[in-house]
Amino acid sequence: MSHPSTALRIRVNGADHDVSAEPDTPLLYVLRNELSLNGPKFGCGLGQCGACTVHIDGAPRRSCVTAVSAAAGKDVVTLEGLGTPERPHPLQQAFIDEQAAQCGYCINGMIMRASALLAKTPRPSRDDILSAMDANLCRCGTHMRIVRAIERAAAGGAAGPAGREG
Amino acid sequence: MNTSSACTQSRREFLADAGVLLVGFTLFPRGARAGSLGAVPGTSAAPSADALDSWLVIGRDESVTVYAGKVELGTGVSTSLRQIVAEELDVAPARIAWVQGDSQLTVDQGRTVGSGSVKRGGAQLRRAAAEARQALLEMAASKLGVPATQLAINDGVVSVTGDAARSLTFGTLVGGGRFERTVSGRAPVKAPSAYKVVGHPVPRVEIPAKVTGKHVYVHDVRLSRMVHGRVVRPPRVGATLDSFDEQSAAKLPGVIRVVRKGTFVGVVAEREEQAVRAAKALTAKWSATTVLPDAADLYARFKSLATAERVVGEAGDAAAALRSAARPVRATYRWPFQLHASIGPSCAVADVRRDGATVYSATQGAHQLVAPIAALLGMSSDNVRVVFTEGSGCYGHNGADDVAADAALLSQAVGRPVRVQWSREDENGWEPEGPAMLFEMAGAVGADGKISAWTYDAWTPTHGARPTRDPASLVAGALVGGSASTAEFFSGGGERNARTTYVLPNERVVSHPVPSFPIRTSSLRGLGSPQNSFANESFMDELAVAAGVDAIELRRRHLSDARALAVIEAAAKRSGWTPRTSIRERGGAASNGIRKGRGFAYVQYDRTEAYVAAVVDVDVRPDTGLVRVRRVCVAHDCGLIVNPDGLRNQIEGNVVQAISRTLKEAVRFDSTRVTGVDWNGYPILRFSAIPDAIDVDLIDHPDQPSVGAGEAATSPIPAAIANAIFDATGARVRQVPFTPDRVREALRASKV
Repeated sequence: MSHPSTALRIRVNGADHDVSAEPDTPLLYVLRNELSLNGPKFGCGLGQCGACTVHIDGAPRRSCVTAVSAAAGKDVVTLEGLGTPERPHPLQQAFIDEQAAQCGYCINGMIMRASALLAKTPRPSRDDILSAMDANLCRCGTHMRIVRAIERAAAGGAAGPAGREG
Repeated sequence: MNTSSACTQSRREFLADAGVLLVGFTLFPRGARAGSLGAVPGTSAAPSADALDSWLVIGRDESVTVYAGKVELGTGVSTSLRQIVAEELDVAPARIAWVQGDSQLTVDQGRTVGSGSVKRGGAQLRRAAAEARQALLEMAASKLGVPATQLAINDGVVSVTGDAARSLTFGTLVGGGRFERTVSGRAPVKAPSAYKVVGHPVPRVEIPAKVTGKHVYVHDVRLSRMVHGRVVRPPRVGATLDSFDEQSAAKLPGVIRVVRKGTFVGVVAEREEQAVRAAKALTAKWSATTVLPDAADLYARFKSLATAERVVGEAGDAAAALRSAARPVRATYRWPFQLHASIGPSCAVADVRRDGATVYSATQGAHQLVAPIAALLGMSSDNVRVVFTEGSGCYGHNGADDVAADAALLSQAVGRPVRVQWSREDENGWEPEGPAMLFEMAGAVGADGKISAWTYDAWTPTHGARPTRDPASLVAGALVGGSASTAEFFSGGGERNARTTYVLPNERVVSHPVPSFPIRTSSLRGLGSPQNSFANESFMDELAVAAGVDAIELRRRHLSDARALAVIEAAAKRSGWTPRTSIRERGGAASNGIRKGRGFAYVQYDRTEAYVAAVVDVDVRPDTGLVRVRRVCVAHDCGLIVNPDGLRNQIEGNVVQAISRTLKEAVRFDSTRVTGVDWNGYPILRFSAIPDAIDVDLIDHPDQPSVGAGEAATSPIPAAIANAIFDATGARVRQVPFTPDRVREALRASKV
């Protein structure tokens, strides 16, 4: 059996969790395997694709290259913290309205990055959106719809603090 | 935890167990699991396409559960197939629960490939649903004492026409029981004019869960006692393992086992990060003898390796016509190796026990994966079950099958369920690649302004190396055995759209299979169609330019199919195409140093499937060589449209992915291995480079059978971009990808 040496307390989606993990464990594995939060996805483990994006203190961060210890004492929000299928966040609703997913594996990162953008820039131009989303990769080619969903959410006032951060 | 082998379970036992077996994993929609299915008489008989009960189960609680062999790969088929069933059965689509791609529970509808799910899979489901409807009407007629002709069905309730009080629900009629009926194919199906669900946009059923983190991908499957595995790959299959220090990994925290079988090496650890760390720490020295050709020699190597040729199509005497042509045109086109490049590296979970195995996999063929996995594990196929669970989009044969074999071997070694997810490096380095291709074209336009000669020669490795019954057809099996199996050369893939649909008096279309090449290749979206169409439709443009004929007009002169002409007309009209027969009329208008151009291409996918015409507008910066696609207009006819918005989503996706493949993508490799093993080494299109607009014109033909739309719209895009670059600059780019260097090189060549 493994004997992780450290007990850590992290705050995720508004609730405190005590987790056991080596301090340098990527936050992604702790969120997924300890807390069963499947929203963030492993895409590259290199901080290149954005599939693992979460918010740490409101800023989009790559959880695959963020040590769990670096998240201690901060507010972590995952896709699950924004909304549920029954009560989606306005941005999630905009993705549903625009049918902005195909396989959906990258969509966690798209929504997390976009919600951070809207929190900072409630009325982004198309160029603002393209430039903010440029760090995230999609392979199905859903880009056009993702941009439309972000525009729709912005027009509908989805801005403001994302999820439970407020 | 139930200790009986999952593979000997009946549907009923399996469903009753599902909640126990799978932690945090809802395999079935609530209605199906909690309701009728537990009460369905269990059967151990294999599902059969002839048996209605294999397709459809109606519960006492009015639930309707469909068992489909075709699976959701992110393209939306689980919604469009639901629409087809809902339409014929007269139930609301939202009420239908869906079980897909389970080697023990669902009918084997063949692999989910080749844009065939709606066309072939949908036709099967339509017949089954129509049969069920007929059966339910007959049951109701007998119970209500009226002829079936006086009955109507509305959302699962059969009632007497004009006397709605006399009614029976599906659940009352057959709930919890079996139809015991053959799918005869004679049950009446609805006329398309009566459709209420098919042909209307229906939101995709799984998108709300996908945008909230609730959708269960294979990556999210967690079984009780599950541990984590990672593989440690040699440079390539056939390499020898010179030295191996088991302790370098075994001593690390959490490591349960370092597994070595032949040259298959893997580690299993309690926690995912421990497995990752152990795989990185494992010291192994390999020597690889096979040498990959230098990128510059790649296409020459193809020619030297190809020993046979196949005449794909022939008419008249192309050689003679070419000899007598006043101004023959010749061109060589090249396409590189490309990756499926799924955003989520391949993943599988295997639970291998002494008496059987269950494997959760994003495979395109759950039924087809059983035999090689069973052989790898030394088990009977009867004791191996493969359960499809959606993965990251695959766009063809990616690593999904191979990682299932990795997980199975590691689970067998430790006697616990093992989850394996490949690293990004594993994915890029070991997924079967989309093949590179070389084309040599020649042709001429006669004095009558029509094409007088057309010859095509293409060289390509195989486009189909799917798992066979031989375990060596999976990477793990090849590594255990020390050699790759000889995959059968699937000529149909590389030859897809090799011959155009243009009526040409003198043509000769010849393919030259490269039977064995040291880079493993298999099916990537469209197989040979995007490559062949790049060559054919670029060459069509070159002939038009040489003859001073408008590119669309030249194509029209060689087509008589009304549907082909209609999509071409629609794309031309929608894009505001103006005929251009001379350089003066072409694009090229420069502003801020940017030259603008517009290109056209047309393809009927696989010569008998969807018709697609595309007009692409580009900006080219001659100083940097940077190409930006600004606008794409697509006219698309795939017969009867099932879900118009789902179709648009697919077309947009095809277009964006095709732009990426055309402008950016090529696998980099050195003499022993793939070197482009991350997103810097294999760049794909980013948001900043997407078009301003993709304008899609759907041409619906409710009177015509649906054909697939999963791949078709990729095919015309590469040539349309090349033709637009020519329109903008007068420079012809004949090698994909159109990187800034290549475009600048073409610009220099055009000025010579």
